Amino acid sequence: MSGEEKVVLHGMWASPYAKRVEIALKLKGIPYEYVEEDLLNGKSEALLKHNPVHQKVPVLVHNGKPVIESCIILEYIDETWKSSGHALFPQEDTYRRARVRFWADFIQRQLLEKFIVTITAVGEAREEAIKELRKNMELLEEGLRVNFFPEGIPQYHFDDQKNVRFLDITMCAFFGLHKAQSEFVRTTEIIDLQRTPLVFSWVESLKEVPVVKEVLPPHDEVVNLLRGFRQNAVGSSPQV
Amino acid sequence: MADQGEVKLLKTWSSLFGLRVVWALKLKGIPYESVDEDLTNKSDLLLQYNPVHTKVPVLIHNGKPICESLVILEYIDETWSQNPPSLLPQDPIQRASARFWAKFMDEKALPSMWQAFTKKGREQEEGLASIAEKLKLLEAELEGKKFFGGEEIGIPDFALGWLVNLVPVFEEILGLKIVDEERHPSLSEWSRRISDIRVIEESWPPRDKLVTKWAAIRDHFLATARASSG
Repeated sequence: MSGEEKVVLHGMWASPYAKRVEIALKLKGIPYEYVEEDLLNGKSEALLKHNPVHQKVPVLVHNGKPVIESCIILEYIDETWKSSGHALFPQEDTYRRARVRFWADFIQRQLLEKFIVTITAVGEAREEAIKELRKNMELLEEGLRVNFFPEGIPQYHFDDQKNVRFLDITMCAFFGLHKAQSEFVRTTEIIDLQRTPLVFSWVESLKEVPVVKEVLPPHDEVVNLLRGFRQNAVGSSPQV
Repeated sequence: MADQGEVKLLKTWSSLFGLRVVWALKLKGIPYESVDEDLTNKSDLLLQYNPVHTKVPVLIHNGKPICESLVILEYIDETWSQNPPSLLPQDPIQRASARFWAKFMDEKALPSMWQAFTKKGREQEEGLASIAEKLKLLEAELEGKKFFGGEEIGIPDFALGWLVNLVPVFEEILGLKIVDEERHPSLSEWSRRISDIRVIEESWPPRDKLVTKWAAIRDHFLATARASSG
């Protein structure tokens, strides 16, 4: 690592994407400056300059050069700071790297984005999204078991921070708040202990990792935020 | 050169996602066996190797499946890193940018095109406005460069390959111009450059078959929309 390293992260307190990057930077012990963006009332000039295409967080600015999209930022961090902390991606095994990328994409498009539909949609579209979310969580359960934890997750596994890596970060930055999220999907728990015990224990143990605990927003604040989104979606009645 | 092992590609005759993988394999000189699936009658192989999505393409390397076209492309690049060309730049900032644009093609440009193609009326107009906006961004990004990654062809170029062979098909079916020399000089030049690459040019599915297929797809979507609204 060279002498003059300037790392700035543009984030937002409730953005799971920004949280992923924060967790990664902290795990690798990379010093950075954090800029909280007010996405509704006035994005900073720096954000608009560095992410003109999407104008979204997170943006990592490394020595003046921007990197965008949380998963891409995590790959960038791992490639750039090789000797800092531990590797976030499998290093030699390209097949394992492909598996990790596949499941990160699954978590993003089939879980996270489906959950967002359950908040922003109404009626049948919402019911459909709830069903798909449940089905996809079960697919993740299977995928997790087959590919990553065939013998289950050893107790105290994540007490060793080195075991917190790309896929773990991708998942817990959002679903670490599954209990808050579940308050808005009345018919089911987002992560059901009976149906998806491995996913449940995975997320629950990741939540306890000090860096993750430090970074994730408080339960109540997330509930308020989601309630706000839900109210926008349905008008005056929050319970639909 | 690394031992190739056994490489099999499950795709369809026309899948734009499958085509990307064909280009990567051919450009890197990796021998492979190709299996064209009939998605109305999926093979046991497909169901076994992509149980999560049962979609193509699936790359099977020494019996191990890799799914999702962009994941497959990175896998090919990393596993056969000794075979030129590299499909991503070496510099981490440029790599991140190439990955960003590849995602942009799939998550923003393609869905806009899909909306413009499968809808009519106001929804189609919105789709057309959206794809026009995406193309403007792509045009700006490409300006002054041979390919999206710079001097060499790479993953973001593969991700936009459909612009070269499919958009003319869509234009014919819709009776509209989506890409033109005047608004998109860099993209037009890039398209010609892509078409000049022999392995890519050889791989295009037959145009008349594509027109038939995609015209039927558009009809299907318009009929479904009518049925659900009336």
